[in-house]
Amino acid sequence: MSAAEWRNAMNAGSGRLAMGKVLVLPPQEKTESWTRKNPIRARHVLVLGFLLAFPMYATPFLTYQIGAQSLALGLIALSLTFLGGYGGMVSLAQMTVAGVAGYMLAVFGASGEAALSLGWSWWIAVPIAIVIATLVGTAIGWLSVRTEGIYTIMITLAVGVAFYYLCLQNYSVLNGFQGFQRVYAPTVLGINLREPVPFYFLVLACALGGYFLAKYILRAPFGIAMQGIRDNPRRMNALGFHVMAHRVAAYAVAGLIAAVGGVLFTWYNGLVTPGSVGTSWLINILVIAVLGGMRHPIGPFIGAIVFVLLQTFAIDLIDRERFNLVIGGVFLAIVLFSPDGLLGLWAALKSRFPSGSKFLTPRGGIR
Amino acid sequence: MKKRTFVRTLVGAAVLAVFSGVAYSQQTVKIGLLSNLEGPFAAGGADGMRGAELAIKQKNGMAGGRKIELIKASSDAKPDVAVNATRKLVEQDKVDIMVGPLSGGEGIAVKEYSKTQPNITFINGSSGAQATTLVNPSPNFFRFNTEGAQWMVGLGKAALDKGYKRVMVIAEDYAFPYSQVQGFMSEYCRLGGKVPVKAWVPLGGKDYASVIARIPKDVDALVVILGGADAVNFLNQYEAAGGDKPMIGGSITVSQDVLNYKGKRRDSLVGTIAGAPIADSFDAPEFKAFVADYQKNYPVSAGGYPSPSLFALVYYINMKAALDGLDAVKGDLSGGQAKYREALTKMVLKTPVGDVRLDSNRQAIGTTFITEVVKDAQGNLSNRVLRKVDGIDQMLGMKKEDFKMGSRDEPNCP
Amino acid sequence: MSRLQKWFWGLALVPPLSVFAVWGIWDNAKLFFITLLNGLTLASLYFIVASGFTLVFGLMRNVNLAHGSLYLLGGYVGYIVAEKTGLFVLALAAGFLVAALVGLLMQVAIFRFMQGEDLRQTMVTIGLSIVIADLLLWGIGAQVHQMSAPGWLAGPLRDIPLITAYSKYRMALLPLGIIIGVLLWLFLNRTRVGMMIRAGVDDRGMLAATGVNVNLVFAATFAIGAGLAGFGGVIGAVELSMVPGEDVRLLLASLIVVIVGGMGSVVGAALGAVILGVAETYGLAYAPTYSVVFTFVILVMVLAFRPRGILGQAA
Repeated sequence: MSAAEWRNAMNAGSGRLAMGKVLVLPPQEKTESWTRKNPIRARHVLVLGFLLAFPMYATPFLTYQIGAQSLALGLIALSLTFLGGYGGMVSLAQMTVAGVAGYMLAVFGASGEAALSLGWSWWIAVPIAIVIATLVGTAIGWLSVRTEGIYTIMITLAVGVAFYYLCLQNYSVLNGFQGFQRVYAPTVLGINLREPVPFYFLVLACALGGYFLAKYILRAPFGIAMQGIRDNPRRMNALGFHVMAHRVAAYAVAGLIAAVGGVLFTWYNGLVTPGSVGTSWLINILVIAVLGGMRHPIGPFIGAIVFVLLQTFAIDLIDRERFNLVIGGVFLAIVLFSPDGLLGLWAALKSRFPSGSKFLTPRGGIR
Repeated sequence: MKKRTFVRTLVGAAVLAVFSGVAYSQQTVKIGLLSNLEGPFAAGGADGMRGAELAIKQKNGMAGGRKIELIKASSDAKPDVAVNATRKLVEQDKVDIMVGPLSGGEGIAVKEYSKTQPNITFINGSSGAQATTLVNPSPNFFRFNTEGAQWMVGLGKAALDKGYKRVMVIAEDYAFPYSQVQGFMSEYCRLGGKVPVKAWVPLGGKDYASVIARIPKDVDALVVILGGADAVNFLNQYEAAGGDKPMIGGSITVSQDVLNYKGKRRDSLVGTIAGAPIADSFDAPEFKAFVADYQKNYPVSAGGYPSPSLFALVYYINMKAALDGLDAVKGDLSGGQAKYREALTKMVLKTPVGDVRLDSNRQAIGTTFITEVVKDAQGNLSNRVLRKVDGIDQMLGMKKEDFKMGSRDEPNCP
Repeated sequence: MSRLQKWFWGLALVPPLSVFAVWGIWDNAKLFFITLLNGLTLASLYFIVASGFTLVFGLMRNVNLAHGSLYLLGGYVGYIVAEKTGLFVLALAAGFLVAALVGLLMQVAIFRFMQGEDLRQTMVTIGLSIVIADLLLWGIGAQVHQMSAPGWLAGPLRDIPLITAYSKYRMALLPLGIIIGVLLWLFLNRTRVGMMIRAGVDDRGMLAATGVNVNLVFAATFAIGAGLAGFGGVIGAVELSMVPGEDVRLLLASLIVVIVGGMGSVVGAALGAVILGVAETYGLAYAPTYSVVFTFVILVMVLAFRPRGILGQAA
């Protein structure tokens, strides 16, 4: 069956989404129309141009802390959007996968803990870290695809918290509470990637790579099948698709994206500690993904930018003490009034009232 | 609070800029202050901020002939958050001097970050990890407070004097308690004391019933190194379970936030000996003046503690070092702050608890108090000074070759 | 579970556990039995908090991640009331009522409008938990709040065979947990509202079709569930003290309890609470380093093999 036929089947089924499924996310009509024609619009050129030119006029601080951090976090959140928005599986363990990559990078590569780190070169340590983290991501997927909906959130949260406590308590490999300091980006071909501008471009390249990988997969037969499974696993099963295998494969892809994001985020911080994989970060990634909107792979990046801006500058507007109130309030407002995040808000604004109201009124009734 | 200062500094900046133009930037010294206003140390972190602000207030906001502008930031005891906040202060707000952070892991991370900003001077807040100045020290990171292990020197002898020959250690399972236990045990073991059991409680555990059940009959006392809610929970559960062994406290076990928690039963703490860089009832005039000033500026009704906490004192000391250094160089921060740093390195800092010098790693050599908890007429608990130990360095009096950083199993004398 | 599976699990679990028990009793009987008692009493607290959670989930499919915040709120309210009046019972009632009121408000003002949107409701509760936690930090501060046990429950109970002394208050938690459990069971099985709730758990659509005002039932359930969290908070404020961060800890505990036991089942919550409480205390007593990891590994194992928990049924 071709991809186009699948799209039709999917769109036809979207009206009957609510049947029997615990977890329902909105279908991707916008994406579909975009992919059908796939034109390069003015806004794409604009965004890319802005991203490339950003370090030229921004201070090193903005380039590094806002630009690079947002993109790295966005990449990790993209893996959640990929799983949650398109696979219907909301995993809170994506930060854990990223953390595994960071920890493995510190264990196999160089860090301040000479006694624990093997000190291998980056071109060995980075692939090992990414491979291990991807495997871990796949394993988490294999464990959690047996569960559905809310239970998936719970089991992935449990896996994440278990890993946090493992990091906290294990001193022989993971160095316990202190974790690893001085996990720095390497110097490649004479370019010191620790410098804000080179690091920004490295992260930008990876983020674009992740973004287009996600877009490509979502249009490929596998991605279409995944979205079909999200909308109606039973029907897909009847059609001969191996539902579990597709889901585990989705976790593997998401694991890869999160692993790359994890390596970058660890380099960004220059350290990895249990705090980097604690509950608050697990939730933060979900906050970022939901803030931006799970309807499109650009969502997590938008969410990350908003999140990082809030986190950095909220203290200048209000007491840092009340920062969490702002974050929580913004998040609450978004989920209450625009279930599709900032993207949904944008879509609602753009299409004015007719389709705008669609995002604002809850669907449902008792099932 | 913060917002008001922010608005005020904005208005002030605008006025100054209009009248003095370029001169403005030469007049003001920006100091960044990082503490914890959220997370597990939020209560202590807020008191740390009070201590640092008090040091500036005492000088009427001036040092070395220049006006001080304070820019505050907060983290939640996580190293990555601390570095982000510090980076914002240094690179976005362009502070000249950084004071902070609060906790050990943060301290190590900020120290590492300080190496990338060689023209800014970093002074510690209250973080007390041994590794900060022992492993890969940074040339522009200064710590004018003594750390966890130093705070416990002298307590081993005090415990033996009380007749505690065998003790059990109950402490949280991370770096700071390791260093505290080391400070206690290195002396205690050397003088012949025995520590048959160490119970390391994983962070985040709040139910101590299992640990209490493990306390052997044949120990004379318990060394309890738990902070905040953990200490409170342990004390109450131990008392309720019928426990009556005397206690030896860590520096955070009998600090103001534990002595003054909201609740009734605190009497089981009376008689507890502890080691700390602060003692409420220390009667030197400098300290009394400091306490009086703190109480005047931050009365209990405005959220202050009855007596300044450890965090308030340590932040005060480090901020005072920053300001005294400015005085010493008359506000001259030119040449990548070289003169300023030299002044800091050579300074003998006058603190409310005695003089502080720095060692070659820019770590404080200072005073520790051995205290005992007593109850006053109003029913408030406070610490009475048993003994004062001066000139404690980070090697705890050992030779550099013999010294090993504290861990779960180091030192050991079952 | 098939018969084969039962045998498998029996063989996998019973021999190692009995070997451990025999060794534990032989090695240090006092420690073993005190730990057992500790585990059961802790389970009691976990059960009280988690039963509200499971009730709400069972009927409404609403995973209320703000449940921990309600626990914290109840604890603070209880503390303040006890401080003002000195009456522990009044504190319990106040903790229950305030949390129930907030829960009712949440249901009436927010969740009523997003029935059936499970994921969105969960997101909203995450946002609420962040906001409530910060409001509590703002209003009450970060200081540790520790309630005193009522006079007749203060101090230890002495001269118990084998374990010599044990905290009276903690001992009282055990019957309290059982009483709450029995009352809940009676309420669900013997009262009209309880029957409606059970009917709603099984089939919400049919319940509505029989002319029952489902919204009313939902609101009542949510209020009771939230109230139980607040009630647990007052109890916890004595044994574990109240401080920011406790909300997340109790939320995680409740999650584990109801997931292991099976969401929506009160008996399951009791079972899950016992498993968690006992595992936690034995872990801390016998293998402290990895005790917490251990707890979560149990959870992952249960979910991997029984995706809906031990007593959970298909939704």
